[in-house]
Amino acid sequence: MIQVDNLSKHFGTKVAVDHISLTVNKGEVLGFLGPNGAGKSTTMRMIAGFIPPTSGDAKVCGHSITDEPALAKMKIGYLPESAPLYQDMTVIGFLKFCASIRGLSGSDRKAAVDRAIETCFLNNVAEQSIDTLSKGYRHRTCLAQALLHDPEVLILDEPTDGLDPNQKYEVRELIKRLGETKAILFSTHILEEVEAACTRAVIVDRGRIVIDGTPEELLKKSKTGSLTDLFREVTSNDTDAAA
Amino acid sequence: MPTLTIYKRELSSYFSQPTAYAIIVIFLFLATGLSFSFGKFMTIGDASLEWSFFFWHPWIYMLLAPAVGMKLWADEHRTGTIELLGTFPISTWSAILGKYLAAATVWLVALLMTFPIWITVNYLGDPDNGALISGYIASFLVCCTFLAITLLVSACTRDQVVCLIVSVAICVLMVLCGYDDFTRELSKAVSPGVVQAIVTIGVWDHFSSLNRGLMRLQDIIWFSSIILVCLLGTSAILSAKRA
Ligand SMILES: Nc1ncnc2c1ncn2[C@@H]1O[C@H](COP(=O)(O)OP(=O)(O)OP(=O)(O)O)[C@@H](O)[C@H]1O
Ligand SMILES: [Mg+2]
Repeated sequence: MIQVDNLSKHFGTKVAVDHISLTVNKGEVLGFLGPNGAGKSTTMRMIAGFIPPTSGDAKVCGHSITDEPALAKMKIGYLPESAPLYQDMTVIGFLKFCASIRGLSGSDRKAAVDRAIETCFLNNVAEQSIDTLSKGYRHRTCLAQALLHDPEVLILDEPTDGLDPNQKYEVRELIKRLGETKAILFSTHILEEVEAACTRAVIVDRGRIVIDGTPEELLKKSKTGSLTDLFREVTSNDTDAAA
Repeated sequence: MPTLTIYKRELSSYFSQPTAYAIIVIFLFLATGLSFSFGKFMTIGDASLEWSFFFWHPWIYMLLAPAVGMKLWADEHRTGTIELLGTFPISTWSAILGKYLAAATVWLVALLMTFPIWITVNYLGDPDNGALISGYIASFLVCCTFLAITLLVSACTRDQVVCLIVSVAICVLMVLCGYDDFTRELSKAVSPGVVQAIVTIGVWDHFSSLNRGLMRLQDIIWFSSIILVCLLGTSAILSAKRA
């Protein structure tokens, strides 16, 4: 459902993403790992249609993100890294706005908003103004926005960032549950999440894929049987290269 | 209709915060204050409002119109919500139009709130109401032109203050160029061709004839082409910023 084909992105002379290819099928949860500045967010932004690739293409449910962006975007739920929100709205107002913009109206819209609020545990802040929310609740509000239209493809950039341990657990379970019927690509810095939620994981370093496999395969590749050691082994610790 | 959804969101954001009210109150205060004091509204014995009332509008707009438009894209860049807008299945155009129309509506409300002055002249004298309507149209067109310029500047920066200063500077320039006292001084220094060129940049040539009740096609085209160019420019800058 997500098909990424030799995707590259250059910022000036800097190569942020370097010929990345990957596929995520329905029923798969792909964990996207890599050190800071590896190009995870840039890749996800390109697949979500926010920034145009320098070369290569990504297809979502068969629709190319460069040629048929509107069709592809309809199939995607996207959680940006910084979980941006309109500060002057209430949680429910914001979700209604996002639902309307995705073409939902009337009782469909109400049902979608209620479901998203339920799924992301936002009941007790629904009427609260977004600028008074705590960081975790803001993150969950933005996550709710990505689930509104029940998309076939989810692209989540660090969905568990800033959440408390209970919520981290809930979101992992949510990803696992949604992953049964959707194609999910999510990035994370927490290696336990790979074993907890992913059916497959990819490690990128300096814009290239260095490892691709199921959590079991990854564990086998590691000499010590720990993902952290494998991660340290295959990625560069050269901050100059990534900064 | 995504344009309508965005329009409604922007409009409710103006009116859920003090922005719109502050602007409207200041505008009403200045517009009536100036026409009763410097405009000699009472003593001039002229019911046309051309000099006493509408004459001041470009001077007020050049300072206040950018204050309404400055947040439109600057805020979107600063908070990162542009990433949400950019990944919704909508065209950049619907976002630009929705935002622009919302800002224009705030000014339309402000302008309509000056109706007591219209009632007053009709009560005191016998004005040409056709010319008055033409004056209102002229005033609104100047305002819309300044808003379009602000929208364009706001797409370039994430800083509202920078946007405000730059837009005010451009608007002040457009008001000064072609203002009689200014061109008289200028014609002493430079050749008539240059003066003519500078006058065409200014708003007065087009504003004054409309204000006199003279509907010239060329003025309407002048205003609408500036607005159109600014909106097109906004769209171009937004897509260039993402690449
Ligand atoms: N708009 C931009 N202009 C210039 N360079 C950029 C831009 N966006 C990203 N980069 C660069 O691209 C590289 C990849 O950034 P990216 O945000 O994709 O990393 P990441 O893998 O998501 O890192 P993190 O784990 O810190 O989120 C970085 O070196 C970054 O500096
Ligand atoms: Mg990132």
